[in-house]
Amino acid sequence: MIQVNQLSKKYNGTTVLNISNLEIPKGQSFGLVGNNGAGKTTFFSLLLDLIQPSTGYIKSNGIQVNTSENWKSFTGSFLDENFLIGYLTPEEYFYFIGDLRNQNKADVDALLTKHEEFFNGEILKNKKYLRDLSKGNQKKVGIIATLIGNPEVVILDEPFANLDPTTVSRLKKIIKELADNPNVTVLVSSHDLQHTVEVCDRIVALNKGEIVKDIQTSKETLQELELFFAV
Amino acid sequence: MIKKFIYLEWKAFIRSASFGKNLAMKILIGFFMIYFSLIFIGMGVGAFYALKEMKLEPFVTVNKFLVYYFLLDLIIRLLLQSIPVLNIKPLLVLPFKKPTIVHFSLGKTALSFFNWIHALFFIPFSVVLILNGYDVVGIVFWHLGIIALVYINNFLNIILSNIDKLFAVFVMLILVFASAQYYKLFDVTVFTTPFFQNFYDIEGVFLIPILILIGLYVFTFKYFKKNLYLDEGLSVKQDEASTENLTWLNQFGTLGTFLKNDIKLIKRNKRSKTTIVMSVIFLFYGLIFFGNSHQPAMMHIFAGIFVSGGFLFVFGQFVPSWDSSYYQLMMTQNIPYRGYITSKWWLIVIATFVSTILASFYLFYGWEVYLTIVVGAIYNIGVNSHLVLLGGAFTKTPIDLSNAGGAFGDKKAFNASAMLLSLPKILLPLGLYALGMYFGNKMIGLALVAGAGVIGFVFKEKVFSLIEKRYKIEKYSTISAYKQKN
Repeated sequence: MIQVNQLSKKYNGTTVLNISNLEIPKGQSFGLVGNNGAGKTTFFSLLLDLIQPSTGYIKSNGIQVNTSENWKSFTGSFLDENFLIGYLTPEEYFYFIGDLRNQNKADVDALLTKHEEFFNGEILKNKKYLRDLSKGNQKKVGIIATLIGNPEVVILDEPFANLDPTTVSRLKKIIKELADNPNVTVLVSSHDLQHTVEVCDRIVALNKGEIVKDIQTSKETLQELELFFAV
Repeated sequence: MIKKFIYLEWKAFIRSASFGKNLAMKILIGFFMIYFSLIFIGMGVGAFYALKEMKLEPFVTVNKFLVYYFLLDLIIRLLLQSIPVLNIKPLLVLPFKKPTIVHFSLGKTALSFFNWIHALFFIPFSVVLILNGYDVVGIVFWHLGIIALVYINNFLNIILSNIDKLFAVFVMLILVFASAQYYKLFDVTVFTTPFFQNFYDIEGVFLIPILILIGLYVFTFKYFKKNLYLDEGLSVKQDEASTENLTWLNQFGTLGTFLKNDIKLIKRNKRSKTTIVMSVIFLFYGLIFFGNSHQPAMMHIFAGIFVSGGFLFVFGQFVPSWDSSYYQLMMTQNIPYRGYITSKWWLIVIATFVSTILASFYLFYGWEVYLTIVVGAIYNIGVNSHLVLLGGAFTKTPIDLSNAGGAFGDKKAFNASAMLLSLPKILLPLGLYALGMYFGNKMIGLALVAGAGVIGFVFKEKVFSLIEKRYKIEKYSTISAYKQKN
């Protein structure tokens, strides 16, 4: 589904990302782990054509993301709160995204009902604008909004950060469900090794922009990763 | 401790987003400030002689209008002057004494542009008065009284700025007083003139405003100190949200989706709401030019364009920036750029159209005047709307909508520079109009301007393709610029 070829990103001569080759097959749930500054967000930003690569390219479903915009119709993503429109209520935000993804109100409502438990009664019909929600609740809105319109590629940057323990376990359930769908490719980045190992089939560790580990998840994965990141 | 504050302020100043970035912008703002300073100084020096020419006693006349002057000043402050809240939060847990923090932030407002601009008028005026034989001591006392009043306004603004509707109340007050005076029903200046006059006439009266000022400072100080908590004075007011579906816009497809969003954008954010206020103020801009024989006829088209162009200039000028806080979202959604730009264009067109209708009261000055406004509107829709959208591709200053506290001084001043940026957009119609007047008459001038508007409208699709291309080229640098928040 996603092919990375000779991709690199440099800022003023410093290489922040350098991936010579990476292939993510359709339906895989892909976890990206690494320390601060490892290049996780840079990689996702390149994948979403928010920044330009210094060399190389990324193809998503055969579409080179920095030359064509056709990948947008099947990609759902949430990187940070810059993806939220602060002056809208959560409902309005969902319908807005729905409109852009050709989903009618009923489709969106159905999705929201499905994830009512995830919202924990703190999101809908709360008479609050998104800008006035707490960080965690904002994240809930952003994550569910990526699912509108049944995207084939779902990209979540640090989805577990800022969430309470209950919500984290509910989120894991949602991601696992997506991962079970053979049509959906999920990409998740995280600092939290355990969460990532639990929800992903495959884990790639980045360090200073380079791929240092690429493992299919198994029982020993967590231990292996912890050992790697231990000082 | 104060030294530390000054250090922080200095850093905040030189590192503010509006300072370092754009040299052209800086020069424009500098030019703008010099221009206004010169106007004020010129008024200060000239007022005395001009009034004398009109066979009025200058000092009394100025005192007569001071009540309006101060009311207007208060309105402008409520609209534009910021209150110092934003940078206090990180200081609260550091070993600073609370009174020091409050004194400093209040003291900071004293140095604001909105205070010293008045000195540019009153100092030359006082000097001219003294040179013309007015009593030196009286004038100095009068001057002190006036300074105290300026600062009373400064602190009133701080206390009152949390109350949203107040600004409208003061506008109404001025309108009521002014019209009552104009129609000779009731003259408020009869009561207020002696008050200002007495600063000069009776020694010691000037102490009254100074004492009020001291009282007000103490009050403000206590108020701020009491509210120096995250859940009180420093909290950002949360509005109760109501979901609006605006379903009637659904019939316009993608365009409707964007329009819905833009309407909410304007309604729910303080910064964008001021654009509506400004548009209304622009409506009255023509009053300066029409029916005023001192202004050259050429300036009529100038006014004609501004009357209907308020929204265009204050909103359109910053088109992608309004969406800056979620620009990344927009760039990852399945959004055709064209639909996005078209929706903004429609918004501008609708606003221009409504302004033109509202401006029909100019018919009072004759149909020629209104025709000028209509022609201005045609030009705005045909040419200027495209120009602002094109210019938008290069506007890379993020607008922080979520900042509802009103603590954003430099960003508000930004509005002023926006108006300045609009000057080039009226040079062309001015030139066309002048050309028409030179070779024939007013009507030919108007026809030329309207013609330019129609031509612009005809080539709309072409221009839009061009704009779309520009936006795509600028995409990455725009995203990275919007990420750098203050």
